Amino acid sequence: MEDKAKVILLGSPFSMFMMRVKIALAEKGIKYEYMEEDLTNKSPLLQEMNPIHQKIPVLIHHGRPICESLIIVEYIDMVWQNNAPLLPSDPYHRAQARFWADFVDQKVYHSSKRVWTSKGEEREVAKKDFLESLKQLEEFLGEKPYFGGDIFGFVDVALIPFYCWFYTYETFGIFKVEEECPKLISWAKRCMQKKSVSETLADEKELYESVLEYKKKFILD
Amino acid sequence: MAENNGEIKLFGVLGSPFVRRVQIALKLKGVEYTYVEEDLKNKSDLLLKYNPVHKKVPVLVHNGKPLAESLVILEYIDETWGNHPLLPQQPYERALARFWSRFIDDKCLPAISKAAWNVEKEEREKGIEESSEAIQFLENELKHKFFGGENIGFVDIVAGFLAFWLPVIEEASGFTLLSSEKFPKLHKWSEEFINHPVVKENLPPRERLLGFFKARHASITASK
Repeated sequence: MEDKAKVILLGSPFSMFMMRVKIALAEKGIKYEYMEEDLTNKSPLLQEMNPIHQKIPVLIHHGRPICESLIIVEYIDMVWQNNAPLLPSDPYHRAQARFWADFVDQKVYHSSKRVWTSKGEEREVAKKDFLESLKQLEEFLGEKPYFGGDIFGFVDVALIPFYCWFYTYETFGIFKVEEECPKLISWAKRCMQKKSVSETLADEKELYESVLEYKKKFILD
Repeated sequence: MAENNGEIKLFGVLGSPFVRRVQIALKLKGVEYTYVEEDLKNKSDLLLKYNPVHKKVPVLVHNGKPLAESLVILEYIDETWGNHPLLPQQPYERALARFWSRFIDDKCLPAISKAAWNVEKEEREKGIEESSEAIQFLENELKHKFFGGENIGFVDIVAGFLAFWLPVIEEASGFTLLSSEKFPKLHKWSEEFINHPVVKENLPPRERLLGFFKARHASITASK
């Protein structure tokens, strides 16, 4: 029995966290209304629905907000459990999936952000940390087609949005992910063959342009 | 339910709040395990083998299969042993419990760490302000005896740091965050929590913890 109550997603176009939720919704074939937030001028709705962090994504279901992208994806997976399960059924594999999704947040995200926001020596350290974190993920992936094994799963959803950001990191950091992590790029290209992914990920060059603009506006170069 | 639970090992250190979370969860569910005390200055080969990514405790090993990160371990325990459920059953309430757990780990704990251990006095003062703000959100959220309702639940276990470790840090460092005037509900909650029969047995010795934090505080203030 599918839940047909209204689903609203608050997001902003280049957020990899929002993309995770969009991909999960698309995988499950859930219809929703997307509302774009201007993070420099937050809407009253966002402030009401996420008073603590005032961040996107926020999923609103039955009028109630769910915040934090991985928490939202788990929520979606539980409520719409009959199609395209994202988490495996075995508790140990579920735990591994949660561990690696958390690793993406703890290690990949923070180092990648430093690659485009810092400069000089700090940037070089960030690059090293970023590539190291990707290599560790590659090791976990092994020979599997997806992190979820044969099926596109939770960790795939957690990581794939970063793929459209690679061009930005590579341009700032002067490196190519493919040279260091070829298996990961094969995995990413495999994911991009899925409609839910290709229709969600931002255009990498448009994203880069918007990052340049953001840097000019908010960060002294 | 005397099934064969298999072999369960927990790697930890005496004073760690994250390790205690796992111990409390296992105890609440009546799951027996072997405890292995680690020396973090001289990590065992086993620990490095079981947690090569973070090299930290706690690590739970169930029938030879390792798991790391306390929140991940707690969910695993909850899913593997169905008695005394820690997370709520309904999806929305589960999402809320996970939200508050992350809030505690990502916002409260780092702010408290800053308030207590940052070398710069100005940063410590900022930390006190940030911690106060964060704790206020938790105070507003507490609507029953425990975050889990009438019984201890997932968020209570995660918030245990505030009930036991924070007061010891406050005493060692000479500041007050969790006052009964400012946070009456949390203050009462913390007393209920540390006096809960299972929790009581699974807390580190207070005097030793105080000694450890006093020494740390001395080294912070001495370096100015």
